[in-house]
Amino acid sequence: MATQQTQLLARTLLTPAVALLFIWMIVPLALTIYFATLHYNLLDPGSESFVGLENFRYFLTDPAFLASLQNTLVLVGSVLAITIILGVPLALLLDQQVVGLSIVRLMVIAPFFVMPTVSALVWKNLLMHPVSGLFAWIAHLFGLPAIDWFNDAPLFSVILIISWQWLPFATLILLTALQSLDEEQKEAAEMDGASAISTFIYITLPHLARPITVVILIETIFLLTVFAEIFVTTGGGPGLQTTNIAFLIYSQALIQYDVGSASAGGLVAVVLANIVAFFLVRIVGRNLEA
Amino acid sequence: MGQITLQGVQKSFGPVHIIKGADLDIADGSFVVFVGPSGCGKTTLLRLIAGLEDVTGGAILIDGRNVVDVPPAKRGLSMVFQSYALYPHMSVRGNIAFGLKMAGMAKDEINRKVEAAAATLNLTPYLDRKPRELSGGQRQRVAIGRAIVREPKAFLFDEPLSNLDAALRVQMRLEVTRLQKQLGTTAIYVTHDQVEAMTMADKIVVLNSGKIEQYGSPLELYEKPANLFVAGFIGSPKMNFVTGDLAKQQGAATIGVRPEHLKVERDGQGGWHGTVSVAEHLGSDTFLYVDAGPLGMLTARYIGELDLHPGDKVSLIPDPARIHRFDDSGKSIRA
Repeated sequence: MATQQTQLLARTLLTPAVALLFIWMIVPLALTIYFATLHYNLLDPGSESFVGLENFRYFLTDPAFLASLQNTLVLVGSVLAITIILGVPLALLLDQQVVGLSIVRLMVIAPFFVMPTVSALVWKNLLMHPVSGLFAWIAHLFGLPAIDWFNDAPLFSVILIISWQWLPFATLILLTALQSLDEEQKEAAEMDGASAISTFIYITLPHLARPITVVILIETIFLLTVFAEIFVTTGGGPGLQTTNIAFLIYSQALIQYDVGSASAGGLVAVVLANIVAFFLVRIVGRNLEA
Repeated sequence: MGQITLQGVQKSFGPVHIIKGADLDIADGSFVVFVGPSGCGKTTLLRLIAGLEDVTGGAILIDGRNVVDVPPAKRGLSMVFQSYALYPHMSVRGNIAFGLKMAGMAKDEINRKVEAAAATLNLTPYLDRKPRELSGGQRQRVAIGRAIVREPKAFLFDEPLSNLDAALRVQMRLEVTRLQKQLGTTAIYVTHDQVEAMTMADKIVVLNSGKIEQYGSPLELYEKPANLFVAGFIGSPKMNFVTGDLAKQQGAATIGVRPEHLKVERDGQGGWHGTVSVAEHLGSDTFLYVDAGPLGMLTARYIGELDLHPGDKVSLIPDPARIHRFDDSGKSIRA
């Protein structure tokens, strides 16, 4: 296979695809870097001028930046914790032989197929609404005052919605991992006198270390850029309480019409995502080594 | 002590009867091999004894106590699995110690026992390695170490050597046998390989479609097979069976002669005549596949080298004292 001819042929055939991908990536990136160095406000057309790193200074010193950075980290961390802590027992349950298992599995996986905007709207208007929502009705049944979710606990509400969306993903990955656990290993543990709890701690959980790592890495990538759920439910508010980095950049660009600052923010977000990825891979990536 | 008795043990999965009533007495300290073709229920029978499956009927007695309702860990048996089933994230030490740790034994005592077991099995240099860093034979030894460290009443082996290559299998066969004799612990060993069965066992249980066909020492099975199945299963190459008039003359429905009990003579006078169709020359032995006309294909084994080739005429003279006779139902007829 690896003769010089086949290598040349392979490279030639690959070139168009690689070139297209490269252009696809490099053009937006180059434009973003270019815009980030301009004073470029949509409300003030024709005033574009080079301002150097001024946009970065403005974005990083904005008090909204630190608040949204904190919100981003809290959101990512909480959703990860909730999906894994609930995902493991759910996967264990779904791994059992029960009647109607296929239907139950389908139901559990369903939220993942609902679009973020739709699920956010359902949660906002049908479940969490303080007047007409299901939760308010349940609270009313018990004679309790309704909770105004998006005012009283806005970030928690957003976390709840996103966790609901991502729980199926975690469950699914963990379930497939559980199904690959060697049956004889469980039997060996049984012969060794391990109780169900010991088997879980010493056999099942270590077996799940790798899929949990995969869940953490994949979810983090997507959770760093959560936008639709916030846009639909709280619009980043009240105040800055649910503004994450992605939403802050959006508000710079399309609420304040400041393209330059938004571009700078976008680049900051890229750097932040890489920092998070770096630490993540160092902390949990070890599990992926065979 | 490790005396195991099966009384009418039955197992069905739904309507399928896997074990159709097994009665067996396994003496303390003996090495018993369950052997039979695939699907004969030998592994199921072992798992029933281990407690990994529940019996449908009958009783299993360990040292006189019925254990059918006792969970596996409380039966005092330990098992070596076909896939070894080592815990991949634990070191060799962790693997061997796991059972003791679960039993709540003190740390230093666990260490002492693990190191003693490792020394017995030549695993001491590997104690801190993970299973994936070990070779097949070493993994096998870890699995055995995990079994011996608990000082069980009996070892249960489920085809433990089937994943090893031929040379290693012979070596491990010796090691397992020697270890069992040294420890004096009862062992039940499942295999489909009759060579393993013949070489390792004190007593062999031949199983066929859920029934025990015969229970006896290897040579007993070889010399006095109870029926056609055992006669055909034990011994390699397989016993020759002849039916028809020749068998009727001997007062049987079928007669059987082992290949090694057929004397081969070139153009000889008496015996059964035939033409060599294939000759296998191994140096130490010569196997002849002879087309004996109405008698069918016969296999003959000659110790040493015999210069015969396909097409050569030979006569095969059965050793009269070594002819096995079977009745219509396949049962052996004893004179």
